[in-house]
Amino acid sequence: MPQSIPEDSVGIVTPQTIHFDQPLALACGRQLDSYDLVIETYGSLNADASNAVLVCHALSGNHHLAGYHSPDDKKPGWWDSAIGPGKPIDTDKFFVIGLNNLGGCHGSTGPRSTNPETDKPFGPDFPIMTVADWVESQARLADHFGIHQWAAIVGGSLGGMQALQWAIDYPQRLRHCMVIAAAPKLSAQNIAFNEVARQAISRDPDFNNGHFYENGKVPKTGLMLARMLGHITYLSDDGMREKFGRELREGKISYDFNPQFEIESYLRYQGEQFSKAFDANTYLLMTKALDYFDPAADHDHNLAAAVSNVQCKFMVISFTTDWRFSPERSREIVDALVTAEKRVSYAEIDSHNGHDAFLIPNPRYMDIFSAYMKQVVADIPQTGKENN
Amino acid sequence: MRADLDIIQDWITPNSKVLDLGCGDGELLAYLQQEKNITGYGVEFDHDNITTCIEKGINVVEKNIDEGLASIQDSSFDTVIMTQALQVMYHPDQIVDEMLRIGKECIVTFPNFGHWRARGYLAFRGRMPVSKFLPYTWYNTPNIHFCTFKDFEQLCVERNIHILERTVVDNEHKHHWSIRLWPNMLGEVAIYRITR
Repeated sequence: MPQSIPEDSVGIVTPQTIHFDQPLALACGRQLDSYDLVIETYGSLNADASNAVLVCHALSGNHHLAGYHSPDDKKPGWWDSAIGPGKPIDTDKFFVIGLNNLGGCHGSTGPRSTNPETDKPFGPDFPIMTVADWVESQARLADHFGIHQWAAIVGGSLGGMQALQWAIDYPQRLRHCMVIAAAPKLSAQNIAFNEVARQAISRDPDFNNGHFYENGKVPKTGLMLARMLGHITYLSDDGMREKFGRELREGKISYDFNPQFEIESYLRYQGEQFSKAFDANTYLLMTKALDYFDPAADHDHNLAAAVSNVQCKFMVISFTTDWRFSPERSREIVDALVTAEKRVSYAEIDSHNGHDAFLIPNPRYMDIFSAYMKQVVADIPQTGKENN
Repeated sequence: MRADLDIIQDWITPNSKVLDLGCGDGELLAYLQQEKNITGYGVEFDHDNITTCIEKGINVVEKNIDEGLASIQDSSFDTVIMTQALQVMYHPDQIVDEMLRIGKECIVTFPNFGHWRARGYLAFRGRMPVSKFLPYTWYNTPNIHFCTFKDFEQLCVERNIHILERTVVDNEHKHHWSIRLWPNMLGEVAIYRITR
């Protein structure tokens, strides 16, 4: 529990569930007849709904961006460092929405939800979602709030991919797009890591082809292995060396197969915590959404052509030691935008924190983030009447 | 506005696409964006300058120009500008070639090492020139490739680069009749408009 809620926190927040009845056609050819999205909001929407910021989450993220659900919470939301009064995404100025994407496991319709056709959990039968499907569902969320145009859409990693997809799919519906630690598509190496994670889960005897809810068992080992592997790709070699080095838990080698190095027990702990909280089918689905993301594919693999219709201004940020989505990958996005004569700025932040750096406050990162968001504030139309 | 930038802005066509290599705090681009409605991008390496550009709403791309400009397509800019940065490049000749590849026209400015004060400093003191305008000592200067106007123009001849225009000014970026008479001795900053 935090000693007391910090002044620059959004405070105690309560998620809400929004039900959608209009069927959602998906890239896979199937559709969701109706679905729920769990969201959290911070700040207040202005009269002409022009100060809204959408924050898209990454692989294991959710709608709980900032603040606390109860005074007993040990930790705030996953991006509390960036969202709150006076923070880069300033909740005194913006109305911020975080949601749990479809297929997730934090309350929005997903594999754990009941399939109306069978009255059993969807499990592996839940349709595989794509980034474009999520954008479509988020557009309906915007409609629900009467938001015609987002002041900004912001996301890191898979969240950044959603922000980019938004700019492509709905060029008129956002003024600013912030793409952090992302890539325009996954590399073979990225897909390879995802595949090992998926194999770890699907080969766990408790996975039961995804129908594990009925058994009251979860494929804990598989999820744990998937997370341990993923976690390695989120950190950097430098960062791991700095944090763990070759430190031994007991101070000496024990010549057995128990975890002895600090890094071993750290990964086991992270993996275990994750396996208690996350859904295996969601993990599989999220990694597939990542693998399939490739907005240039429909444009002869020319990313500049894919972004030829975007209208918004872009801020692209990468981190020096991120090897999951390295700075080169962000530069691909920047180069395509420059080629297409779109407005874009790019910063490469020095950090030891690898891919995870996008979640960790760092003075220069926060300076750039704040500087850019001030532009977003400046671009909020002064009054609705003037602009209508 | 910095006086050399004032001279440069006059050479920029309205509504054109401009790349400013080493754009600093974005002063020139901000002006051109507002006054000439250009589509402008700055390339910068200094962290504070990048933040300032972002605050001003200038498109700025963090990049070390010495690493090259290979990702930028041929003739994709109307004008490529580099002010007071050529002398800090590892390979100034290659950068000029790259600028001419990606830009239909380029504007380059650099300090003249052939100026009488620099010549005098070296001739009479026997030491590398240090001045208010070039305040570094030899071991800590970022300026690793000084040249004179004559040197630069020789490079242009060798590389088939056409000089469309040249303006030579003193360090306050003022013209003076004597500079026009003897530019390589009396001019401190040259502003070249070049193409290939």
